[in-house]
Amino acid sequence: MSLIFIVSIVIALAAIGYVLGVRRAVSSADGDQRILHSLKGYYGQNVALTVLVPSMLVLAIWAIAQPLLIDQSVSGLLDLEEGRAQSLAMADVRRVAEGLDTAIAQGALTADAAANMDADTTDVRDLLGDIGVAIGSDVTAETLNAAQRYRGLSNTGSWARGFVVLAIALAGFAFALSRITKDFRARNIVERGVLVLLIAAASVAVLTTIGIVLSLIFNTINFLQAYPAADFFFGTRWEPSFSGRGGSSELGFLPLIWGTMFISVISLIVAVPLGLFSAIYLSEYASPRVRSIAKPMLEILAGIPTIVYGLFALLTVGPLLVSAFGQGGFFGVDWMSGGTAAMTAGLVMGIMLIPFVSSLSDDIINAVPQAMRDGSYGLGATQSETIRQVIMPAALPGIVGAILLAASRAIGETMIVVLGAGAAASLSLSPFEAMTTVTAKIVSQLTGDGEFNSPETMVAFALGMTLFVITLCLNVFALYIVRKYREQYD
Amino acid sequence: MTDLSSTEPATHRSLKVADARTKKRNAAEKRFRAYGIVAIAIGGLFLLALTYNILKAGLPAFTQYVVELEVTLTQDEFDAAESQMLKTAAYTDIFIGNFEANLEERGVEVPYDGDAIERLLGKVGGDIRSYYRENLDDIGQPVTFQLQTSSRVEGYFKGRVNRDTIVDSRFLMGSDLDIVDALRDAGVLTSRFNWAFVTGTDSGVDNPGGAGIGASAIGSFFMMLVVLFLSLPIGVAASIYLEEFAPKNRLTDLVEVNISNLAAVPSIVFGILGLSVFIQFAHLPQSAPLVGGLVLTLMTLPTIIISTRASLKSVPPSIRDAALGIGASKMQSVFHHVLPLAMPGILTGTIIGLAQALGETAPLLLIGMVGFVAREYPDGVVSGFMDPNSAMPAQIYTWAARADVGFYEKAWGGIIILLIFLLLMNALAIFLRKKFERRW
Amino acid sequence: MTDYKISAKGVQVYYGDNHAIKDVNVDIEDKTVTAFIGPSGCGKSTFLRTLNRMNDTIDICRVEGDILIDGEDIYDPAVDPVQLRAKVGMVFQKPNPFPKSIYDNVAYGPKIHGLARNKAELDEIVEKSLRKAAIWDEAKDRLNAPGTGLSGGQQQRLCIARAIATAPEVLLMDEPCSALDPIATAQVEELIDELRQSFSVVIVTHSMQQAARVSQKTAFFHLGNLVEYGETDKIFTNPEDSRTESYISGRIG
Repeated sequence: MSLIFIVSIVIALAAIGYVLGVRRAVSSADGDQRILHSLKGYYGQNVALTVLVPSMLVLAIWAIAQPLLIDQSVSGLLDLEEGRAQSLAMADVRRVAEGLDTAIAQGALTADAAANMDADTTDVRDLLGDIGVAIGSDVTAETLNAAQRYRGLSNTGSWARGFVVLAIALAGFAFALSRITKDFRARNIVERGVLVLLIAAASVAVLTTIGIVLSLIFNTINFLQAYPAADFFFGTRWEPSFSGRGGSSELGFLPLIWGTMFISVISLIVAVPLGLFSAIYLSEYASPRVRSIAKPMLEILAGIPTIVYGLFALLTVGPLLVSAFGQGGFFGVDWMSGGTAAMTAGLVMGIMLIPFVSSLSDDIINAVPQAMRDGSYGLGATQSETIRQVIMPAALPGIVGAILLAASRAIGETMIVVLGAGAAASLSLSPFEAMTTVTAKIVSQLTGDGEFNSPETMVAFALGMTLFVITLCLNVFALYIVRKYREQYD
Repeated sequence: MTDLSSTEPATHRSLKVADARTKKRNAAEKRFRAYGIVAIAIGGLFLLALTYNILKAGLPAFTQYVVELEVTLTQDEFDAAESQMLKTAAYTDIFIGNFEANLEERGVEVPYDGDAIERLLGKVGGDIRSYYRENLDDIGQPVTFQLQTSSRVEGYFKGRVNRDTIVDSRFLMGSDLDIVDALRDAGVLTSRFNWAFVTGTDSGVDNPGGAGIGASAIGSFFMMLVVLFLSLPIGVAASIYLEEFAPKNRLTDLVEVNISNLAAVPSIVFGILGLSVFIQFAHLPQSAPLVGGLVLTLMTLPTIIISTRASLKSVPPSIRDAALGIGASKMQSVFHHVLPLAMPGILTGTIIGLAQALGETAPLLLIGMVGFVAREYPDGVVSGFMDPNSAMPAQIYTWAARADVGFYEKAWGGIIILLIFLLLMNALAIFLRKKFERRW
Repeated sequence: MTDYKISAKGVQVYYGDNHAIKDVNVDIEDKTVTAFIGPSGCGKSTFLRTLNRMNDTIDICRVEGDILIDGEDIYDPAVDPVQLRAKVGMVFQKPNPFPKSIYDNVAYGPKIHGLARNKAELDEIVEKSLRKAAIWDEAKDRLNAPGTGLSGGQQQRLCIARAIATAPEVLLMDEPCSALDPIATAQVEELIDELRQSFSVVIVTHSMQQAARVSQKTAFFHLGNLVEYGETDKIFTNPEDSRTESYISGRIG
């Protein structure tokens, strides 16, 4: 039974339940709505919710559990002595099973033919290739057997799913309808149900974090089993082998974090003074008219997607820098050989961070009470003296928080460095050399052709983990500072 | 008590005469102020440079150069061509015949041969044949063909290729440029708006001229549908719970800290989450807009929750008290009074969140939306969600990463379209805010 | 004419369209305490703020008429408000010490105006000011502690010390005791009386008793007008204007 079919039946049932619930409630009160405990709509809503919520919950759990159970049962059939990774073998099984289903749907095979297929007499790979399902290797009898089992189980599972879900929906339907009397506290029940839904929604955010942490941890552990942790964390060379499975890769973390920090520092050197001075000017000096123009202008900078900045770095800023610092360039210094360099990415990222720094600092400067300014002006201080000697020291914790948040942004930024910083990992000290970062390598390792279970691919998760931990620490610390700062003036 | 007069200046100076120190301080004041203006000006200049650069590099993507030629194919010619072994070659000959006649009519004299035509216009025979095979009724009628010139010829008009530096190759010879100039002078070769770029699908890696962003725009559209229909209800429900119902204890504190942290987690990490949860674990199809939408939903959710909570908070407590005071339940006061009043703010925040999601690229890289060549439109709604597709920013990245410089122009052009969408969404958000803004 | 420290002639103040001060004429003597009283919103604080051009920081505020200090028009374009405010110090309603140490709070004014040639001189100014503001004994052992850690009354005296450290000739006080408890108020009032020996003090207060206690001259403001101005004793015992009488007897305001 297809998913859409089940869902639409359940929804229809809920709609009918609503109407019947309302009717039953009204008739239980002999048509006099005033003696009902709750408004009549609540009786209907109660039926609809009782139909929808448990059945959909079961459906969702089923959707997660069924593939896991089937995988476990089917993978027992596979002989994994050849040393092939189980996940790859399972992927083949799945693809063959889906291919057979597609073939039946397209009419290339009858259901019987598919069920009785023999791998020794039929070239399953060719057959599936004809209908557009590409299989990586020849299909062995074992794989085909597993695929048939997979299909069988999936089929049974999907029927069972349909029956169970519908049964739960119907049971809810009958139960909720039977409870309706004029004194039934429908509103209280509905409101409790809605509250549960609200809590469920709020927990999505928590689940996301848990999901991030789990997916990073498990894959990182897998990686560290295949590659020594010390070599990863303290290795000074980043040279993954391109064959994908060779053991000769050097996956040292240091050059990547060096590049990340180097580029982040350049970007902060650009963004912090510019952003801070912009914020000071906007909050202390600018007339309302200037503010009404300059503030949205900075916000536009913040709204530009990073891919645009990345492209600008790659195609415009890079060549421009080369024409200034490259061979035969404007300064005649020959420091820069290619457009992609730490400087390119850092400069552009700095510009990207200006609005980030300025809007956060603007808020923080505005939170300094006017009484401080008055006190200083009353003593005959000029505006700049007031800002430098009174407002800035008062706002300092908040501004430090803002800068840390900007740093966390810079460390996690991906597109600008992917396009602008280059690909070669290096521990160089020159900002005009190509460098690469943690984020850029996550992208390149996960979008490459390497096999999924090879250390060259799995290293991306370890990189993701370190990135997550670093930015998390920065964020927690920065948000804590900013929060404390705000409480001080509330 | 000591007298303070000892520290007073010995003489009373007039207020109207600034002393040296005041002059110095005022100069410092001016300097400081100037730093602020310079900082803002740098931001403004950068924005101008970026805009100029995008327009200059991207606008040519919206122009294409075509050779316009009226052809009348008789039934006999059609039958004859179809009966030959090399059918497209026969059509090429027919085209060249018409082309020659056309040039003679206009009095253009320029030497060319079949190879030159192919270099300029690609395999015209195939185009013409497929047109007639689909439109059999047009046989015998005059039909005006607009044949797109090759990307090298476009490059000549757009300044990527020029006469001094051209190297003869099988793609373009120096002599071909004479033909191009002559054709242009005769009005045979004209430029027109490149609809194919706006509505078309991606081409292969060797044909920048035919690349369009239409298919990936549809991919983005389906992703945004997912984001809208998941993040708005979930975000609003979560905000209502946290703002109105949640008890103030350590658990909700933790949830709050968690949400504000989630908003600052690098987007690439969400890509990793999508890859391992939706693709590795749940076996959802790679490159599918559904998966992209799910990832972007998780990414936008914190932003939407934060802005929704701000909107809910801005509804004064007196409204809640008023509703509770006449016997409404807490739930009723929220859903009947607070939520409708906060709705404009919530919508504004949601639109801004969507705009952010629309431009996001990094997580899409990891779930396979980059590198997939969006050659086809989805067949329908289900296919729109489930079949592999690209998305606008991913498409732009794909183009930027290709070797042929012709794709750079497409990438900039794609950015113009992406930015137009973002501008429209932000304009809508500003409009909503202005129209429904309420000050308590 | 120049016997007066401050003399205001035909002063009008507008906040946007709102005419906040209407044609006020007043002459303030040196080495006296002058109190501005009146119901809230009568313009007494606004007028006080025009005397050292604190209103300059509010964009929509416009001042007309002449205000002369030592015979010089302080709204003359050539006058730098920075120099003016060094000469006319101000203490605010709510104590507003800077988030710095006690020492730095007091040293801030002398530092920006360059009143001390070296650290020793600066130390001396700080000590004198703190003594003068009657807070030296409480603060001398904790000069490096943050000024925000003091009690409300101490904070206000610190702010007074901060104001007198720049050696002003006039000290403006905008309801300096309104945020303080009675004991702290008494201390500050006593201080004001002592300050009179060195400065001309102008104090805005909503408490008539306070005005009677500390001032020699009193001005009564009502709806932006200066209703009556004269010796404090006379205002409180024998007012000329019926509005003044209503106010001090508690019938309006």
